[in-house]
Amino acid sequence: MGSDQALVVARGLAKSFGAFEAVRGIDLDVRRGEAFGFLGPNGAGKSSTMRMIGCVSPRTGGELTVLGLDPDRHGPHIRARLGVVPQEDNLDPELTVRQNLQVYGRYFGLAKSAVAERATELLEFAQLTDRADAEVEPLSGGMKRRLTIARSLVNDPDLLLLDEPTTGLDPQARHLLWDKLFRLKQDGVTLIVTTHYMDEAEQLCDRLVVMDGGRIAAEGSPAELISRYSTREVLELRFAPGTQRDAEPLVHDLADRVEVLPDRLLLYTADGEAALAAAHARGVSPVSGLVRRSTLEDVFLHLTGRTLVD
Amino acid sequence: MSAPVTRESRGSRATGQVVSPVRAVLFAVDNHWLWYRRNWRATVFSSLISPALFLVALGFGFGSQVTAGPITGGLPYVEYLAPALLVAATVQNAAWESTYAVLGSFKWQRVYWAVAATPLTPGQIAVGQIAWIAVRVGLVGAAFVVVAAALGTLTSPLGVLALPVAIVAALALSAPIVAYSATVNDEGQKFNAIFRFVVMPMTLFAGIYYPVEQLPAVVRPIAWLTPVWHGTELARGVSFGGLSWWAGLGHLAFLIALVVAGTAFAVRNYRRRLAA
Repeated sequence: MGSDQALVVARGLAKSFGAFEAVRGIDLDVRRGEAFGFLGPNGAGKSSTMRMIGCVSPRTGGELTVLGLDPDRHGPHIRARLGVVPQEDNLDPELTVRQNLQVYGRYFGLAKSAVAERATELLEFAQLTDRADAEVEPLSGGMKRRLTIARSLVNDPDLLLLDEPTTGLDPQARHLLWDKLFRLKQDGVTLIVTTHYMDEAEQLCDRLVVMDGGRIAAEGSPAELISRYSTREVLELRFAPGTQRDAEPLVHDLADRVEVLPDRLLLYTADGEAALAAAHARGVSPVSGLVRRSTLEDVFLHLTGRTLVD
Repeated sequence: MSAPVTRESRGSRATGQVVSPVRAVLFAVDNHWLWYRRNWRATVFSSLISPALFLVALGFGFGSQVTAGPITGGLPYVEYLAPALLVAATVQNAAWESTYAVLGSFKWQRVYWAVAATPLTPGQIAVGQIAWIAVRVGLVGAAFVVVAAALGTLTSPLGVLALPVAIVAALALSAPIVAYSATVNDEGQKFNAIFRFVVMPMTLFAGIYYPVEQLPAVVRPIAWLTPVWHGTELARGVSFGGLSWWAGLGHLAFLIALVVAGTAFAVRNYRRRLAA
């Protein structure tokens, strides 16, 4: 297998549940060694796409190749080389931490001795060695997520699928997880991540697609997407709710684009400070003015007219 | 904080592989067994002590009032009762594993979803659940046989043959229930209904404590349709004799047909849910 071969290829991939179209024909390529992201709000079709790539959900239409094989015909063979970190934890709460790893390893056909050795390695990787023989139930959310990630690595997967990996975790746990995932990527594991957090997408992903309503709205690296769909800086003018509409015509020509949100105006411009000064000069008096750089949230807002978190 | 074993940059380093269906089912059973090893004490009262108490209270206590006669095949009531109570014990033991355990593995602990992401198929997971039920009722049944023998209620060493019969009878009831539980998403009234209107009446009216010939003729055919009746007839047949070989085969065929059909539906329903 050449190093530039795509591990996942999709053309016109579609998934329907009865009358509901969750995925409406998407194209994508995931290259070996990259961290690839699906960024979009809840209900965009990210999880449905992940389940098709994970060979647990048959596609309704289009083409899909994972690790060079067709999931419809070679599902178990592909799954043998995948690692999956699901959105909701599904650890076995009645078993110990170590047993969770060992039982899972056996399902991949690993010998008992290999499984025991691998479990010890993974416990160290997840920093759970001192909890090895404790039950899973009392662990914190961050620990459970680390254990789930460790479990997903028991078969040394070529491709790791993570569905919303840091949802529900506190900031410290999130950063710890991002660090681990970054090390995995350095180690040569290809990652596919879905998320609705823009900071996670920016931190982790080499390339990502913006997904909304079952379709892909844009594709590229975080930097490319920001430069293509947004300006370098954003001026946020916060108003008392309802009054921002009055200010909008006054600042309309100060920026390349103006977005009206329920409580603020967003002015997209290359120089936020200059726009702020000009706005004040025109007598606009916001509750507060803030200049920041553009983020993927702004990209999403431009592409879909909505925010990532409804 | 250490990184896992370093990887090559080309080729596949994945160590996972597809396992044969038999090993797949064995691993699934092993998974359940690990849980049971930690939790068997919580279940031992309902699964073993309760049937043993029934044997003593009804067999010896009540049975002392029952004269051995044609109804009990000339045997003391407690000996007449023992093989049938074995069937009752295995059937009741299968009940939780066929209902709440299945729902929990789909909905609350979601262990089935974790296993579905491995090379195992939904069908193998379904067969694994049913195979585990066979192991669990087999263990409890064996313990009951030991207790029954210790109490002197086994007529002959052939009574041990009632154990495989009781296992098949329990599977004949639980495999279809597993298939049904796979379609359930809220436990609400559905499992209660199964226990109240299926399992409970079956243990009362399907020939365990008295022959079904004692029932009004109009309801007798309903009893003939139950796995418990076929199981108790066959269990008594192998323990005491007196059952023609074609009747015995007929009972066995009925039970096996239920196991096969129930498992087939379970596989279908597990596939529908885990591979939607």
